[in-house]
Amino acid sequence: MAVLESKVPKGPLADKWTTHKNTINLVNPANKRNIDVIVVGTGLAGGSAAATLAELGYNVKTFCYNDSPRRAHSIAAQGGINAAKNYQGDGDSNFRLFYDTIKGGDYRSREANVHRLAEVSSNIIDQCVAQGVPFAREYGGLLDNRSFGGVLVSRTFYAAGQTGQQLLLGAYSALNRQINRGKVQPFNRHEMLDLVVVNGKARGIIARNLVTGEIERHGAHAVVIASGGYGNVFFLSTNAMGSNVMAAWRTHRRGAYFANPCYTQIHPTCIPVSGEHQSKLTLMSESLRNDGRIWVPKDLEDAKAIREGRLKGVDLPEDKRDYYLERRYPAFGNLVPRDVASRAAKERCDAGYGVNKTGNAVYLDFAASFLRYGKIEALTSGKKDATEAEMIALGKKVIEKKYGNLFDMYYNITDENPYEMPMKIFPAVHYTMGGLWVDYNLQTTVPGCFAAGEANFSDHGANRLGASALMQGLADGYFVLPYTIGDYLADEIRTGPIATDTPEFDQAEKDTRARIEKLMNGAGTHSVDYYHKKLGLIMWNKCGMSRNEKELKEAMDEIAALRADFWENVRVPGSADTKNQELEKAGRVADFLELGELFAKDALTRNESCGGHFREEYQTEEGEALRDDKNFAFVSAWEYNENPRDAKLHKEELVFENVELKTRSYK
Amino acid sequence: MKLTLKIWRQANANAKGKMVTYPLDGIDGDMSFLEMMDILNEELITKGEEPVEFDHDCREGICGSCNMMINGKPHGPQKLTTTCQLHMRKFNDGDTITIEPWRAAAFPVIKDLIVDRTAFDRIQQAGGYVSVNTSGNTQDANSIPIEKAKADEAFHSATCIGCGACVAACKNASAMLFTSAKVSQYSLLPQGEVEATTRVQNMVRQMDLEGFGNCTNTGACMIECPKGIKLENITRMNREYLKAETIG
Repeated sequence: MAVLESKVPKGPLADKWTTHKNTINLVNPANKRNIDVIVVGTGLAGGSAAATLAELGYNVKTFCYNDSPRRAHSIAAQGGINAAKNYQGDGDSNFRLFYDTIKGGDYRSREANVHRLAEVSSNIIDQCVAQGVPFAREYGGLLDNRSFGGVLVSRTFYAAGQTGQQLLLGAYSALNRQINRGKVQPFNRHEMLDLVVVNGKARGIIARNLVTGEIERHGAHAVVIASGGYGNVFFLSTNAMGSNVMAAWRTHRRGAYFANPCYTQIHPTCIPVSGEHQSKLTLMSESLRNDGRIWVPKDLEDAKAIREGRLKGVDLPEDKRDYYLERRYPAFGNLVPRDVASRAAKERCDAGYGVNKTGNAVYLDFAASFLRYGKIEALTSGKKDATEAEMIALGKKVIEKKYGNLFDMYYNITDENPYEMPMKIFPAVHYTMGGLWVDYNLQTTVPGCFAAGEANFSDHGANRLGASALMQGLADGYFVLPYTIGDYLADEIRTGPIATDTPEFDQAEKDTRARIEKLMNGAGTHSVDYYHKKLGLIMWNKCGMSRNEKELKEAMDEIAALRADFWENVRVPGSADTKNQELEKAGRVADFLELGELFAKDALTRNESCGGHFREEYQTEEGEALRDDKNFAFVSAWEYNENPRDAKLHKEELVFENVELKTRSYK
Repeated sequence: MKLTLKIWRQANANAKGKMVTYPLDGIDGDMSFLEMMDILNEELITKGEEPVEFDHDCREGICGSCNMMINGKPHGPQKLTTTCQLHMRKFNDGDTITIEPWRAAAFPVIKDLIVDRTAFDRIQQAGGYVSVNTSGNTQDANSIPIEKAKADEAFHSATCIGCGACVAACKNASAMLFTSAKVSQYSLLPQGEVEATTRVQNMVRQMDLEGFGNCTNTGACMIECPKGIKLENITRMNREYLKAETIG
């Protein structure tokens, strides 16, 4: 049975990565040509890993469910990417980035991994600029920075509100270069349906060609899972419609432990749900909190009048507004971390101060910034006696340059002009910190199977800081995995090509076909979406922003019952040997129905509050998360069981040698 | 609102397609166009019919997956908007809406509204990159200052989402706007200069090989582009191409 050995190198924190790189095994260039690697997922982590592995000389096959690697959901990341460049001279350093990330994660991540992330962060920016990624620049021609939540420096690099797009297209270009050289073979419109394990090692995958329905076998010396997060277990989230847990969950079923499934990030600034037809939620970047102020009315009466349409938010005088983040957290103000901001919004809305029809929205207001920027703009452009109205107009132009695409998106979706009225926003599921358990080499508990990016659990603890997902995806893909995978592959140089006509591949293909047949032969009462929406409601209501023992237990029972119903009664039209989007969805929802129960079980087991995991039973008098470091400073790594409630818990104790465990305070 | 939808149905690449009419009721102005399609599909599944297949993913207007020809316009009536960001409030009760896939020889239909756009990937593979390995030893990101106006312009060209609306809008099914956006991004940046000659030659050659038509400067691509990619990109690519072919 697999052992939870983190393989963190010995020695001082700042030397670990260098020492490790200097001592791990390498594969010589001639041998790399005889080694095949499969990369599942082509987002920031998968795309950059595949490109770099191919540059090194390995033969790479990539798999993605979209028609092109460029469509991976990394593309939707808006705000930015962190790096400890200290270009602003504001006191940033690798250690500060490390410390902020550990603290932001509420002391539930592995020190060595996080420090490595901080160390390579600067290289990422250098690499991307060299690739021609057009980051935002200042008038002097140098790179610009902005601030994100939970930190006191400006270390976020950005490209307007499309940073993820630009970074992904950078990785995609690196990937294209290798495809052109024949070193990467892309399998687009393909979905991984199973991991094949031979003699305890990952040796390939079973994939379905989503156009023809063919079931294919692909062998390799190592498999990298970079398939993203599982936020869509909530049905409504900021993830893409197709984002799913299948590759990770299939890997889990074949022996990889799944870590901290309950650590989910609920992002504070999303466009609120407008009705039952809603298919997904849209994020408004955290970068907006650089310039937007969050508030609700001070008086319940005013909030009621706004909800009923008798009063407009813009007309409420300053002294009747409650800028609750600035009030509760004066040091960080509107830029508290996401978990804190989300809970605070929920608290105000639950108390009756919500500002839209459903009562589930708060204001994100740019009025003060329009004036602030307008003043500077007027002065620097020689308009010394500009009126307030002129300054506001100038300020709006500045804001448009910074966040124009976000404002347009908001206007499109809500039909309200955010330049005239404050935005209404509410928290929504955004990112999952949990994922496949990996050691320092990013290897799962199945030898030869690695996990990178959001698909693994490793760097963000119980809460991820803004602009750190892009950093981690590219760190794993460009700078970590390509080194660490060599340590494993060094022992594979004599293995030779991986045969796919073995009993293990036979069995995996047989299992896959049986599962598809079962999905196609449901009794046919309800569509896949019917079940997905039901699951999402259970998750949101009972495993969402706050959780308690009673409801988590209910959630486990309800999900188990829903899963049984699904397998009995789901209706998948069409046939399995052609393009069939309903069948694709069915397979994904089937896995969410298992993951959901494990998620609830994990939340139930963790009798403390930390980061995004807020247990109502464990909070301070002020309503802040109450950690229990004595009993819960560990990673929960679950061993698969077909009844997720009976999954076996393995613990990786978290050792903190370089930071002192403290109550997280942003006051 | 009540609508009549006329939708292209085609079982697979080799099958003959046809327009099929579907009445649909209970549509709300706050729904997105694709949410309206979700409702239609839910109805079809309940009736035991096969749902309409279409590409879509992020539903935030950035991944470039969605691609519907709505009433003869790529992505529908609203300017600078992808299909997924189009909302039903732009339509009226009683409207008839025709929905078709992109039509271009280089984009064959896979099923219903889904087309094969891998030709775009192959154009990028032919030269849409800077040849720099991942080493961790590239020079510091700030060692080459880049004029803000140029950096902004390169960024704007780089915001192309690769949806193919430009091809669908063009009477010649030309991919000039798409290809030129990538050529422009690199031609505006010092990092892209080194390979400028071979890049433009290789990308244009691949574009022609894929069977896209020529550009006759009608500008329909720019008008229909959901991201507002500008015609100047084409001018810039023509200049780069001419330079490559004449000076080398």
